Amino acid sequence: MAPSLEAAGLTKRFGEFTALSGLNLKIQGTKCVGFLGPNGAGKTTTMKMFTGLISATSGTALINGVDVSRDKKAALASCSTLIETPEIYPSLTPKEALSMLCEIRGVPATERSKRIDEALGRVKMQEWEGRKVGSFSKGMKQRVNVASTLLSDPDVIILDEPSVGLDPRGMSEVRDIVRSLGNRLVFMSSHLLAEVTEVCQEVALIDHGKLIVYDSIENVTAKFAGGSGAVKIGFSRAVDIQTGTAISKLDGVTSFSRVNDRHVLVKFDPKVLSQEKLFETIAGMKAGAQTFESESGLEDAYLSLIKETL
Amino acid sequence: MARPAHPRARVSTLAHIGIITKYNFLNYFRARRFYVMLAIVALISGLFTFLVAYYQPPGLVGAGDALSFYKGGWGNFATFVVVLSTAFFGGDAISGEFQNRTGYFLVPNPIRRSAIYVGKWLAAMAASSIILAVFALIMIANGLYYYPGDFPSELLQSIAFAWVYLAAALSLMFTFSSLFKSTSVSILMGVILLLFVFNFVDLIISSVAGYEPVYSITYAAGIIPNVLTVPFPAHVTSIPAGARFELKSFNATIPEGLAILGIYFVVMAVVGLWLFQRKEFSA
Ligand SMILES: Nc1ncnc2c1ncn2[C@@H]1O[C@H](COP(=O)(O)OP(=O)(O)OP(=O)(O)O)[C@@H](O)[C@H]1O
Ligand SMILES: [Mg+2]
Repeated sequence: MAPSLEAAGLTKRFGEFTALSGLNLKIQGTKCVGFLGPNGAGKTTTMKMFTGLISATSGTALINGVDVSRDKKAALASCSTLIETPEIYPSLTPKEALSMLCEIRGVPATERSKRIDEALGRVKMQEWEGRKVGSFSKGMKQRVNVASTLLSDPDVIILDEPSVGLDPRGMSEVRDIVRSLGNRLVFMSSHLLAEVTEVCQEVALIDHGKLIVYDSIENVTAKFAGGSGAVKIGFSRAVDIQTGTAISKLDGVTSFSRVNDRHVLVKFDPKVLSQEKLFETIAGMKAGAQTFESESGLEDAYLSLIKETL
Repeated sequence: MARPAHPRARVSTLAHIGIITKYNFLNYFRARRFYVMLAIVALISGLFTFLVAYYQPPGLVGAGDALSFYKGGWGNFATFVVVLSTAFFGGDAISGEFQNRTGYFLVPNPIRRSAIYVGKWLAAMAASSIILAVFALIMIANGLYYYPGDFPSELLQSIAFAWVYLAAALSLMFTFSSLFKSTSVSILMGVILLLFVFNFVDLIISSVAGYEPVYSITYAAGIIPNVLTVPFPAHVTSIPAGARFELKSFNATIPEGLAILGIYFVVMAVVGLWLFQRKEFSA
């Protein structure tokens, strides 16, 4: 059976305030789904209801078809989670803390140490496996938290801003980890649209506790990014004014902006100008164009869907 | 493409309790507070040992007997050591999972909250029992020094009662720690209640109103020192105060005391667990 996450009429009220309002969302299959929305939209609230940290006011949250509020133990049997930034008992070492989770999750004793080594290796924390967590920095702790989701070979992984607090290399490592989690269902909230574009195939976008859209990134981009394409071009030398003017005057180019000396961002209408043709033309200018990086239209789509924050 | 299947056993709730107990005990054992608590016990019993050796108070040594020696030492301090250990190991056991955010690591796993609660209680019970045992051993060593060969069976009863009180008080402390999200509030409320509020209210209820304070856990704990008094103190004593008034004071009998402690243990376990099951991990 394909792994699945399903919210049916999922609602959470804190007193008078409705943090999540009748969320209906069914995600099925092995893929990565980005969970987007402005601060306070209800992402963490949703994920907490999927993990039994809080209970729903009404509606149900199901993991692999099992209602979390009815039987959390069964629902989470094959689902690992990282919600907000958990803390580990400060006097335990990463190895001990992860052993505890292995035992709770029924990883056989003979495999535990191998799995823990592997997981700590993935987040580059092997050197620290025997030190007490209490003295770790925020990012080091978060690395152990990420490792904790990899221990028991789950079908479903719920990640709430997994790369928060990590250094640039740590963020890129988390991206690599999530990308390599193939054959699983990953549900990941994030504010980093580049990260989401890179690792996810689909996105669910919520605002003020309501689902705005759930679709593949291509469809969301095509529908809501105003149909524009965007490409970031890197040059081997500073971009001169003539080149800039030439590019912005190309038929189909809708906007041209300098990111810095050697990088420019070009938006274009794919109906008039294909991406391929644009590359050819700019390369033909002999201005030192070196790299062409397709920017996802996800940011445009996000900005057109979310008009305001809070 | 199918992923290679990794074996994963179904873990029983009983096994989960054992796992939680083991790692929480490890955490207690490594933490500073365990040693602070040991130091407090060493200080109390060291001071006692020193003062008795120095002043040789006639009520305790010399003309005294082993029983009154233990009453003056163990009997006077045992309930205090119990309350302090439950505060140290139980006062923030549950509230800490919220305030320190360790619950976010532990709770979103295939484990029942009840297993976490019971496992943590057992770990706290184990840590407190070690403290209580150390205190008892030092007191017994003192007693055997002054009264070699005189080991009253009442002392064993008193130690057993102290252990029952420990279980009941820890149950109460856990309830407080599930009631509040702040660790300092839960610890403080628990300690104030056990050290002052009950004693104060009991005094008023019994002496002024003339009722036996059967609702009170500290009243029940009176059997810990009282069993060392032979014969066991009278259940009720009345002192006339003025012409038409009398002040009453009560001593719980042993069966009564044990029953009250047992009820506290059970009721508080149920209430605390119920609170923890419903408590939300949200700011
Ligand atoms: N315990 C609580 N009491 C009252 N309101 C709460 C509580 N917890 C969350 N909220 C509210 O619920 C809303 C949703 O919060 P949530 O944490 O789910 O947002 P989010 O989408 O994760 O935001 P962010 O991107 O900032 O992490 C917010 O407006 C928040 O203020
Ligand atoms: Mg959040």
